[in-house]
Amino acid sequence: MELFADLLLIAVGAALINNFVLTYFVGICPFLGVSRRLDMALGMGFAVTFVISVAALLSWTLTEFVLRPGAPLPSMVWRAVAGESADGAMDLSILSYIVYIFVIASSVQFVELYVRKFFPALYKSFGVFLPLITTNCAILFGCLEVMKHVHSREWGLAESMTMAIFGGLGFTLAIVLMAGIREELDLSDVPRAFRGAAITMVTACILALAFMGFTGVGANVRDALLGAEAVEAVIEDAGPGDTAKSLGTTEPRPRD
Amino acid sequence: MTTSPTALERFLNGILPENPVYRQLLGMCPTLAVTAAMKPALTMVAATAFVLICANLVTSVIRSFLKPHLRILVFTLTIATFVTIADRLLAAFAYPMSQQLGPYVPLIIVNCMIICRCEVCASKQGPLTALADAAGNSLGFLLALGSVATVREILGMGSWFGLPVLPEAFPRFVLMVMPPGAFLTLGVLLAATTAFQQLRDRRRTPAEEAGADSASPELERAS
Repeated sequence: MELFADLLLIAVGAALINNFVLTYFVGICPFLGVSRRLDMALGMGFAVTFVISVAALLSWTLTEFVLRPGAPLPSMVWRAVAGESADGAMDLSILSYIVYIFVIASSVQFVELYVRKFFPALYKSFGVFLPLITTNCAILFGCLEVMKHVHSREWGLAESMTMAIFGGLGFTLAIVLMAGIREELDLSDVPRAFRGAAITMVTACILALAFMGFTGVGANVRDALLGAEAVEAVIEDAGPGDTAKSLGTTEPRPRD
Repeated sequence: MTTSPTALERFLNGILPENPVYRQLLGMCPTLAVTAAMKPALTMVAATAFVLICANLVTSVIRSFLKPHLRILVFTLTIATFVTIADRLLAAFAYPMSQQLGPYVPLIIVNCMIICRCEVCASKQGPLTALADAAGNSLGFLLALGSVATVREILGMGSWFGLPVLPEAFPRFVLMVMPPGAFLTLGVLLAATTAFQQLRDRRRTPAEEAGADSASPELERAS
């Protein structure tokens, strides 16, 4: 139940409360470029969700076993090379960014091949935007989030994958909403100076305002899920003084 | 294109006529994300400028060895290397700022502006031109982030670089330092640049432009 609650919190947090596009501003390029038609926006959203899941899976594996400070694989190699007496703590985290970008580029290549083979029409309509997923900040951002929480030993594979999939779905939601609005916007009389990117930005501002309404949902979800006994346990743990503070937290507690 | 632009042209083009943010809509992520105040915005510009200049120089030096189908990969790896250097330097000498910028420093790797400059200029022209190009585009980026951050910090917190500039009685528009404010500011500034450009175009050719306007508004350049 504890794990399930944590996962649900991460999911709600990644998809709604801290939406990738509207709170962290990652993935703005496709948000502006591909949000003209609903079907393309939906396709783009699912492509990004897929790539971000694959990239998060690979980057979690690499971070956990190779890149994090004290990871098992380089330490083993180091001991084998330098002998048993050598200090085993290896830190390859300086290579993280280069490894991630490599992982992302390969995943995008893979998706491109897949889409070209099985959805040729979709492939044509994406045009240059499909290879541009490589330089989509949302994907690198997902990898970096995974890296941060794996370094602090908070997240396992389940948490990382939940964040990636629901972050991608949140991106899909934002870009589809935007595409729906822009299809209507084409019919309306926009001031000349605002045509194009400017009115899209102002629309995104209103969307972001709407999404700010989700702030604080996390704490309520946690309370509802864990029920009265958990709330009482927290109260007993914390003592009467700082009850409100510990109940108001939206961050999932680190598991050891 | 028959003749490549000279170093000076590249430098000047990067600042205003081909401003990376306002004109080409590149590098939107940092423009929106780190411009709640001037200090993080300028740190971001400094880091991006360092990466852009180094990546442009390296790309320009190795341009004759680049294979066409591998060039994007080489650009990305070059950029990732310099971003790692910038990130470690920032963490070593300005730790609080590095914490504040968080993931946006590593996200310089996927800043389209840098790949665009490598592709358009550095992979075709010599190191001097590439350097001028990088410097011009960095200045343009500075202008863009500086303008957005100025508006947001003054309206949102009543200060500029942390120094108070608005009187206490003036209400703080807190929304401006939150995510919606970023979108709003950039949208209005984009519209302002477009309006300014349209005004200048019209002044240059008053008769033709006015005639075109009244005759067929549908035929306007869809920007």
